[in-house]
Amino acid sequence: MSQAKEFRTCPTTGLKVHLTTEKLIKANAVVAVVFLAIGGLFGLLVALTRWPAVHFLPADWFYLALTAHGLDVLLVWIIFFEMAVLYFASSVLLGSRLAGPKWAWTGFVLMLVGAIVTNYAVLRGDSSVMFTSYVPMMAHWSFYLGIILFAVGALIGTFVFFGTLVVAKQEKTYEGSVPLVTFGAITAAIIAVFTIASGAIILIPTLLWSLGFISHIDPMIYKTIWWAMGHSSQQINVAAHVAVWYAIAAMTFGAKPLSEKVSRTAFLMYILFLQIASAHHMLVEPGFSSEWKIFNTSYAMYLAVLGSMVHGLTVPGSIEAAQRARGYTKGMFEWLRKAPWSNPAFAGMFLSLVFFGFIGGISGVVMGTEQINLIMHNTLYVPGHFHGTVVAGTTLAFMAITYYLVPLIFRRELMFRKLAQWQPYVFGIGVAGISMFMMGAGTLGVARRHWDMTFADAQLPFDFPSAAFLMMGLNGMFAVLASLGGIMFIVVVVGSVFFGRKLGEDEKPSYPEVPPQAAAVTQHGNAESVRIPGTVMLVSIFFIAFVLYYFVNWKYLSEVWPLS
Amino acid sequence: MALTPPSERIWWKEPIAKVELIWILVAFVWGLIMFFMMIYWHGAGEQNLSNEAYQTTPARYSEKAQAMIDQYTVREENGFPVVKPPPGSDVYLIARLWQWWPILELEKDESYRLHLSSMDWQHGFSLQPVNINVQVHPGYDLVMTIKPDRAGEYGVVCNEFCGIGHHNMVGKLYVTE
Repeated sequence: MSQAKEFRTCPTTGLKVHLTTEKLIKANAVVAVVFLAIGGLFGLLVALTRWPAVHFLPADWFYLALTAHGLDVLLVWIIFFEMAVLYFASSVLLGSRLAGPKWAWTGFVLMLVGAIVTNYAVLRGDSSVMFTSYVPMMAHWSFYLGIILFAVGALIGTFVFFGTLVVAKQEKTYEGSVPLVTFGAITAAIIAVFTIASGAIILIPTLLWSLGFISHIDPMIYKTIWWAMGHSSQQINVAAHVAVWYAIAAMTFGAKPLSEKVSRTAFLMYILFLQIASAHHMLVEPGFSSEWKIFNTSYAMYLAVLGSMVHGLTVPGSIEAAQRARGYTKGMFEWLRKAPWSNPAFAGMFLSLVFFGFIGGISGVVMGTEQINLIMHNTLYVPGHFHGTVVAGTTLAFMAITYYLVPLIFRRELMFRKLAQWQPYVFGIGVAGISMFMMGAGTLGVARRHWDMTFADAQLPFDFPSAAFLMMGLNGMFAVLASLGGIMFIVVVVGSVFFGRKLGEDEKPSYPEVPPQAAAVTQHGNAESVRIPGTVMLVSIFFIAFVLYYFVNWKYLSEVWPLS
Repeated sequence: MALTPPSERIWWKEPIAKVELIWILVAFVWGLIMFFMMIYWHGAGEQNLSNEAYQTTPARYSEKAQAMIDQYTVREENGFPVVKPPPGSDVYLIARLWQWWPILELEKDESYRLHLSSMDWQHGFSLQPVNINVQVHPGYDLVMTIKPDRAGEYGVVCNEFCGIGHHNMVGKLYVTE
């Protein structure tokens, strides 16, 4: 076959796009969005049930919906989308053919079959064991089988990604080092291999146990290894969405990283230290030493947190530098004020950055402190935290880049532009509300994964303070707002992909609008002259909030009963 | 751009901007402070979860708990024995589908060695409104020394999902003057 048929050149970016890769990106993204819609719907049902005045679902359906919600959004939506990101960051960014397209399709089919099997298991009604499926509570065997198939598929996709890197290098499709976004994707893929290996180590025996071949699985060992998968898979998300932040900054502003060395080292910190975060889930379990807990929960003295804090400076910093180079130099914040806030890709990316740092990031470090975990473990503070990281952070970032994906990869004009313009704000503010009010309720002691905070049918009574009920009501309202944002996203994306006007071969999309592209920023001058005062102000505010909130929680801890 | 190979081929020799260096230093030092704060609290703080734990079985554990209940039950409430063990003693709380058994009555400002273990699935010991939360496993006996510092009536909520009756699993604990 001639090369002309295998590749096309993107009229907007000039990138050489392998057509097979493009098909795979489309397939993975479409399935991802379908599962986002399904999982999101389950999430809405959960939130409506936890809204005391509504209390929508009966108990058995609530626990079923909660299990399905976790699986479909945390696992299926995010990992399918990450496959699309991996294929994009390797084949498209490096202008290379995809290695082993048949393997990539095999992985895709396995993931899809796995996702359907696990959903089937949950909908049967006998596998409402929550996303974590802690033993000795047992699900139907198909529950574990589905997840294993899904993971094998994802592993194949990851190796196709690595293979493509090798092909690109050998066929010399690019010069020098891989782009930063690809470097971020490599980070995500390396963590993915560790994650999936951990999953296999624990889920295969669990499958055999559910089939009766193994008599006993130790709950503590299960939990430790399960979270080596469960928490690490969130680090895949972090690496992937930070890569997406850099990608959107580059697409929208032509932004150049302040320093390749610093940004890449920050990614390297993720690879080296994030995996030990399984300990975050073992801080109040019997049988671990404090030394083990302190070293692991802090990612070896917070070196992975350091990585995230560095990205927190370099991502907005690169945007500020690009904007200043374009002439927005007035005062501290003209670069930010004059940013394209009506471009949903930028708006989503920036909200994702802010919410991930302020809400998800700070709360995660505080909750992961050995002793402070005592006043938060398994309360609603936990889902409050991870809705800040995984939804306001990862999901919002993935939604944001979809607004570039539709015109550039699906080659369709975006429809419903007003809707698209408001979507990141509605969804982002909705999710930020969910996070904050769940954390508030958790601080007041409300349990997560719990159908009835009034304890109406319990043998002994207990009453939560009325403030806790208020928090849960507000949580419900913001969940409705977030769902609205989710529906807006689905309408815009599904509408555009199926009914949007097809773009001609050499036609540039007219939307999302990006600021007049002065040549992409290539130089920051010498190291002394990089001026990013606005970003310095932003990270200073972040740092003060972090320090204050951290010590406030030590104060809370000091007020509970002495224990040792 | 972040989407293209670095414009400087030898990017690892590029000097780092001062502002980035300062931030890296600040973040690194802050990480150290947070790390040593946990160690510091083991010495100076009063709230540290003990690392004392034993392997056990539901049968062995419930035998010990029953011995305590037989010896120190002071009254009944809603079918639950209310047990008032002496200060300083080993106190056993059983977690099972879907009860915290028995009701404990402790004295203010006295220390107790509280044992927690599950008879079946995992449970979550969530003492409210104090908001102390500890995971309870079957087969493991976690021992922590607690010293209630306020009198009153407390709830023990289960905060680890344990099946369809999970939301009805509420226990009680009294602290008397």
